[in-house]
Amino acid sequence: MKPKRLIIVAVGGQGNLLASRILGEAALLSGVPVRMSEIHGMAQRGGVVESAIIFGEAQSTIISDGEADVLVSFEPSEAMRAMNRCNSQTMVITNLSPLPPFTTTIGRGVYPDLNSGLSLIRKKTGGLITLDATDLALKAGNVMAVNTVLLGALIRTGILPLSAENVRNAIRTRTKKATVEVNLKAFELGYEAAQIV
Amino acid sequence: MHKLLTDQPGKEMLMLGNEAIARGAIEAGLACATTYPGTPSSEISLNFFQISKESALYFEYSTNEKTALEVAAAAANCGVRSMCVMKHVGVNVAADTLMTLAYVGVKAGLVILTADDPYMFSSQNEQDNRYYGKLSGLPILEPSSVAEAREITAEAFALSEMLQEPVIVRTTTRINHSTAVVPLGPIQPPKTRGEFIRDPYQYVTVPAVSRRLHVKLLKNIEAAAALSEKSTRNFITGTGNLGIICNGVSYNYVTDAIQDLQIMDKVSVLRMGFSHPIPAVLIKNFLSSKEMVLVVEEGEAYMEDAVKALAQEAGLTLPIAGKGKTLFSRLGEFDPAMVRAVTAAYFDIPYEPKAVPDLTDMPEIPQRPPNLCAGCSHRAVFHAVKKAAEGLDVVYPTDIGCYTLGFLPPLSMGDFLICMGSSSGTSGGFSRFAGKKVVAYIGDSTFFHSGIPGLINGVFNNHDFTLIILDNRTTAMTGHQPNPGVDMEELNFPGYNPIDIEALVKALGVKHVAVIKPFNLKKSIAQLKEALNFKGVSVVIAKEKCTLYAKSLKQLRGKPFYVSDRCKNHRDCINELACPAFYIADNQVRINPTLCVGCSVCAQICPEHAISPLKTKEDQ
Ligand code: SF4
Repeated sequence: MKPKRLIIVAVGGQGNLLASRILGEAALLSGVPVRMSEIHGMAQRGGVVESAIIFGEAQSTIISDGEADVLVSFEPSEAMRAMNRCNSQTMVITNLSPLPPFTTTIGRGVYPDLNSGLSLIRKKTGGLITLDATDLALKAGNVMAVNTVLLGALIRTGILPLSAENVRNAIRTRTKKATVEVNLKAFELGYEAAQIV
Repeated sequence: MHKLLTDQPGKEMLMLGNEAIARGAIEAGLACATTYPGTPSSEISLNFFQISKESALYFEYSTNEKTALEVAAAAANCGVRSMCVMKHVGVNVAADTLMTLAYVGVKAGLVILTADDPYMFSSQNEQDNRYYGKLSGLPILEPSSVAEAREITAEAFALSEMLQEPVIVRTTTRINHSTAVVPLGPIQPPKTRGEFIRDPYQYVTVPAVSRRLHVKLLKNIEAAAALSEKSTRNFITGTGNLGIICNGVSYNYVTDAIQDLQIMDKVSVLRMGFSHPIPAVLIKNFLSSKEMVLVVEEGEAYMEDAVKALAQEAGLTLPIAGKGKTLFSRLGEFDPAMVRAVTAAYFDIPYEPKAVPDLTDMPEIPQRPPNLCAGCSHRAVFHAVKKAAEGLDVVYPTDIGCYTLGFLPPLSMGDFLICMGSSSGTSGGFSRFAGKKVVAYIGDSTFFHSGIPGLINGVFNNHDFTLIILDNRTTAMTGHQPNPGVDMEELNFPGYNPIDIEALVKALGVKHVAVIKPFNLKKSIAQLKEALNFKGVSVVIAKEKCTLYAKSLKQLRGKPFYVSDRCKNHRDCINELACPAFYIADNQVRINPTLCVGCSVCAQICPEHAISPLKTKEDQ
């Protein structure tokens, strides 16, 4: 199977690593070879957390610049920052709810204009799906479910060789008991929202 | 039951590299594990720590890597399988022990795990620890994948026992922090009771003994080389006339590159997994059937130099290359596209890299560096020191921990840092030659690790500096591991004897010692002023539990604060403290109540007294 390469970028604390584990578990359930890596040095201190997940026949656990098939961003300015990971075919999925970096609060840098930034992404890549994952997570019952909302949107694209059912099963085994229902609901909301491209 | 104790051979599990390593050791019957935490190795020992709660495994967080290795070395010489886990620079700390332990050897398997960090994701240097194999004479095993990390770790114990020498397993961040499917092997029950048989002519390294032991070590290296020649960890794939020699994660990038470039019939690969001692015959044979060879290794030209020397011995003149301007760098880590491009260029294979979009018109994205947590006591200390030192010209040596982040503006507290414990040592030199007041920072764990000798040195040699011990009651940066000052009862681990830093410092002869509560700014500033004015070595212990740790222990009691309409928008709070709980909305300073833990430091510095605790829901 030709490898599919996914990069997920998020801000520390947004639950990116759990999202990767769910996808890894779903791949295991689907019998799809999977390898992933993450850089989470100081995740809890609010830096950027990036994971790379490679599905299919490849040995590498990291993805070179320009070689992601899909980019999922938990925050819109992080999608713009990660553009060097994309090529003209990459599908980009991003949460629309901004989390401005602290540097902007202390006047070291300005948060980019979203509309123009996103239209640049649309122009330079193979497609852009946007959704307010934070809002949908709240609707599902917990803001921490941003990660499963975005997984829903990601699975809807059909780019990854994973069925929605296997991802749901992975959510059931990989998230905390008390949050399973919220996460499943979040997954459905993301799945539905992604069709309005 | 801990997931890594699952006794179902053949079952496939998704595992982090560090979990696979821990599992490999458990399968080999590990009885004693020691460590000093350090990224990217920390999850290995975290798993051991958890497993030790529910099995016979003895595990300890040792004071530093040298002590950790000494505990493990003694255990292994009592006949129980032992493992010592550290990050690459930790081996420098343990090196004194390592070098002569190689002379003494072991009775039961001893595996030393070094986690190297090419690109320095979370380290102060990117040294290549394969040279420790050469330097000490010990065998080195290097996995290329998560699954192989489990196998190699388990095998390393047997190899160690066969040679009666410690074995070094060397990983890099991309092994430790990668995740993949790992099939479980059977768990061998550990032998947990040891016995020490006295044999001073073997164990006491006076010169006459060591001269003999060095002879033994050289023999062992020969024996290890013979094993390396036959090891299944050194293998050849493919049959082409073009050769690639590689190790570790580079093997994955090479495998993918060969596939992507469709050169399976042209290239043959020698993967080195038993990389010290190097298998000379295997390499010479490989070279003799090749037209040209590319060596693909992150870090230094460790294999490349050896391969070139072997070619010379064998009278082979084929081109051999690895590091070079148009080839691979000694800097950073490799990636698949880089290896694909260099392989194609070196072997002259047509290759068109994927077109990447032009990004010059993308807006500039503001940096998102890691920041001290909201309510981190370090921020309060940094602010208090700044106030106490007003009017003084100060140099601030700092050390390794979360507080290193204080070097960033606006706190700007950190002028010099080399390695663990260097703050107290360098303070002595600065106090003699910098012509400035010296105020140094060190965390509790780092102080125990290697800061104490520098402090003793300062007292004895009558240096003049203030050492601020940021005692946040844990080893925060690597994930809140215990250190010798920690209250273990709180973690449901009875039977420990925590060290009282204040008593220790006083016993060392420090004449001026103060303990401050950093969230009480006014009093802290006054106490710091006194310490800074003291001539000679003074110590200030800032005692306040790490906020994130307190949160995990459910001990946070503070109420979030809010900014009232008394705010005149000076923004002293934001500009001086840079606490991530602040944000600006409608040009007004606001506090995010979900981030604020109520440390009250900002309220204490607000000139308008505009910041107060939230009382009711309506205040929001
Ligand atoms: S983890 Fe603890 S010590 Fe580190 S920045 Fe957060 S509060 Fe401070």
